[in-house]
Amino acid sequence: MREIHCDQITAAVAKLCVEANYFLGADVVQALEGALKRENSPVGREILKQLIENADIARAEQVPLCQDTGFTVVLVELGQDVRIVGGSLVDAINEGVRQGYQEGFLRYSIVGDPLLRKNTGDNTPACIHVEVLPGEVFKLTVMAKGAGCENMSALKMLKPSDGIEGVKGFVMKVIKEGGGNPCPPIIVGVGIGGTFELAAYLSKKALLRRPLGSHHPEPTVASLEEELLRAINESGLGPMGLGGRTTALAVHLETYSCHIASLPVAVNIDCHSHRFKQIWL
Amino acid sequence: MDAEAIRLTTPLTDEDVSRLRMGDRVLLDGILYGARDAAHKRLVELIEKGGKLPFDLAGQVIYYVGPTPPKPGQVIGSAGPTTATRMDKYAPVLMAKGLKGTIGKGGPRSKEMREAMMVYRSIYFLTTGGASALIARHFRRSEVVAYADLGPEALFRFEVEDFPAIVVNDIYGGDLFEEGIRRYAR
Repeated sequence: MREIHCDQITAAVAKLCVEANYFLGADVVQALEGALKRENSPVGREILKQLIENADIARAEQVPLCQDTGFTVVLVELGQDVRIVGGSLVDAINEGVRQGYQEGFLRYSIVGDPLLRKNTGDNTPACIHVEVLPGEVFKLTVMAKGAGCENMSALKMLKPSDGIEGVKGFVMKVIKEGGGNPCPPIIVGVGIGGTFELAAYLSKKALLRRPLGSHHPEPTVASLEEELLRAINESGLGPMGLGGRTTALAVHLETYSCHIASLPVAVNIDCHSHRFKQIWL
Repeated sequence: MDAEAIRLTTPLTDEDVSRLRMGDRVLLDGILYGARDAAHKRLVELIEKGGKLPFDLAGQVIYYVGPTPPKPGQVIGSAGPTTATRMDKYAPVLMAKGLKGTIGKGGPRSKEMREAMMVYRSIYFLTTGGASALIARHFRRSEVVAYADLGPEALFRFEVEDFPAIVVNDIYGGDLFEEGIRRYAR
């Protein structure tokens, strides 16, 4: 059985928090550059240019891309033949967040209690998901999830009779109601099927697909991704919602089996500052 | 962009805001106050209780921001805008006390907010959400003036130079969100 020490996990999480916030992925930069070629709104073009320049500055000066350095979402893909030693996995992750946010001069954006709303002062706790896999794999994904776009996300329990048209209608409703609030151009993650909570989780995982804009292996799902991307970009919302052709950079769908009576659909939105990094220990 | 941008110095006058129209690009120089959700809640509660505000709102512009901490040698950390619509509940109370502009991202703003902007002659400017390292370059000074206990949600006073923004809502009812969709939806 393979052993991984908590200190390794803490160090990795700290490093990924900082890198996610400073360095925009090459696939996202490419998508912004592609959008700039197609965009015909003068205001939209100006905004896209600013975003590309911003990514350059953040990388060169090693500063956060956005002042909302996010809720830290950590996905652990844990092989069942791995044993964590030296402490608790959850504590190790939260310590990594604490160190990363302090050392990286990142903003503390978490309140300890949703109703009392006092800042925890170190951006903990993280939102932690663990998936158990066969073997000895240990993979960490650290996402800095901004709230402006998270707030525009939504879930609906559709009826099976609503079908694909119902799914498309709900996704478009969520995008249109979000308007300029989630900082378009956005990335749209959609979870279809499962239960109430699984649909939401799938929509988050859909955002983590790499490279950005690649398609689901199932052809019917892939064509739905293309169709939705086209419809979203024809909405006219455009960069920052001020009008244009670039409302979304990508639409990723993930699906799961579901109950004969259900058709859950969750739409999780990420902004253009699409920040996550991964490491295999 | 600079050639066509309108230069404005804050605090703003009625004359300044009356010549602005939806879609105008502006470059702001002068003082901005920084406040987001928690500071707005306190300011409005203070006004409702009849208390004295930590600054005079007349002619001022509030930037909806909670910056990252500055690295050594920086004036400010990354400092892009937060979603303006969350402040719709509070902003009209501040506009009644003289607030002449708000800067954020996102919208459209609520119907009540849009009506209040016409009544109190106040502008909604948008600056690019997530262009936060770029925007930070336009800050010359930053200090916390009140509510330091709120951390990134404190009330700030900034001095800015060539701060880039777009007029989204003018005082005549113009709304660039509506106009944008009308022009680009297919």
